[in-house]
Amino acid sequence: MLGRLVDWFSAPAQWSGPQAIPARVLEHLGYTLLAVVIAAVIALPLGALIGHTRRGELAVVGVANGLRALPELGVLVLFVLLLGLGLLPPTLALVLLAIPPMLAGAYSGVAGADPGAVDAARGMGMRESQILLQVEVPSAVPLVLGGVRFATLQVIATATIAAYVGLGGLGRYILDGFSVRDYPQVLGGALVVAVLSIVVELVLQGLGRLVTPGPDRARLRRAPHPVTTREVSP
Amino acid sequence: MRAFGYDIGELVVAHVLLALVPVLVGLVIALPLGWWAHRSPGARRVLVPLSGALYTIPSLALIVFIPILVGTPILSPLNVGLTLVIYTVALLVRSVAEALDAVPVTVTTAAVAVGYQPSGLFFGVQLPLAVPVLTAGIRVASVSAFSLVTVGALVGVQSLGTLMTDGFQQAYPAMVAAGIIGSIVLAFVFDALWLALGRALTPWVRARTGV
Repeated sequence: MLGRLVDWFSAPAQWSGPQAIPARVLEHLGYTLLAVVIAAVIALPLGALIGHTRRGELAVVGVANGLRALPELGVLVLFVLLLGLGLLPPTLALVLLAIPPMLAGAYSGVAGADPGAVDAARGMGMRESQILLQVEVPSAVPLVLGGVRFATLQVIATATIAAYVGLGGLGRYILDGFSVRDYPQVLGGALVVAVLSIVVELVLQGLGRLVTPGPDRARLRRAPHPVTTREVSP
Repeated sequence: MRAFGYDIGELVVAHVLLALVPVLVGLVIALPLGWWAHRSPGARRVLVPLSGALYTIPSLALIVFIPILVGTPILSPLNVGLTLVIYTVALLVRSVAEALDAVPVTVTTAAVAVGYQPSGLFFGVQLPLAVPVLTAGIRVASVSAFSLVTVGALVGVQSLGTLMTDGFQQAYPAMVAAGIIGSIVLAFVFDALWLALGRALTPWVRARTGV
């Protein structure tokens, strides 16, 4: 099997053309970026606002936890059956799945800002918008990035499944190979998407370290993994 | 109970078994590994990043890797089960280590002073005190498992996910919706059970907070 896997990787068809590995990787990253950016535009401001005003906290916790139980495959299939084929329906499903972790990250980051610093800012006469943007948001960066990272990895995984509803990307190798019992292709695709996920995770981790101010770095390291902070404490 | 040409009861039982058993097996494996990571900084430096990397691998990729790694047949439900065991262990190793870290040193040293042996210390003192943090981790693992089981339908493993794939082939949204709702309800039911179990095992938490 290993030999056939090497053969699959070394075949010229895997390295040029629209179904080659580089093209599929770019496709996969394209879907991921599109969904994560749309979800971030919705979830991050909303989460920050809720964290600042503390209005709708219960809703954010409920939505974040509730959406986690959604089976990705079912959501993808239902969106495609109801809205039709093409790029938009699966992308909307990916956006829906990317929102909860980012919403929770932005909310808990802003809500968890040092109350002393927030009070001091208010005492100095800062407006609420200034407090949010200059005090709370900077201190929320580590948790926001944790949420973005988790959402991105979830989208990469779900985009793989989305090959079932006609999307391109790396899931194509796995599902197409599976349907014709071409197992080297299945494994090759699985290997590429696994490596891609780990590389993206490492890049986002590195980015997180880069944009986190020095004293916060230890905090970032100690910060609970977004997966395990299921209940966002108010 | 039959609907959409399926014995729904059979699909529900398959779904529950395929999600629940791996979480239990994963918990049993994660306890000693987490204890090891708690005791040894060297072990932690290896185990925590390794679990992080495993958790990162997309489910569909992991499901198709398993037959090569352990030699199971390519269509076996074991591939889905083992994938979920791996995710559960990956998630819980860190949970267990952090839960044990959170047990105050004064408590463990006092237990040693009154004569607890290492095994008694772990099962009688550290583990009970770690239950609240551990329960939170198990609940995440359990909810994800109930949703991820459905991915197995893509490689022919029966669960409520079968309603999703076959509903797609037949262009029958109600069938897909039934699969989604069933899967969510099962996830919530078992989530509530884990929560209740965690509370039942830690009566002192409620006594202290007076809730």
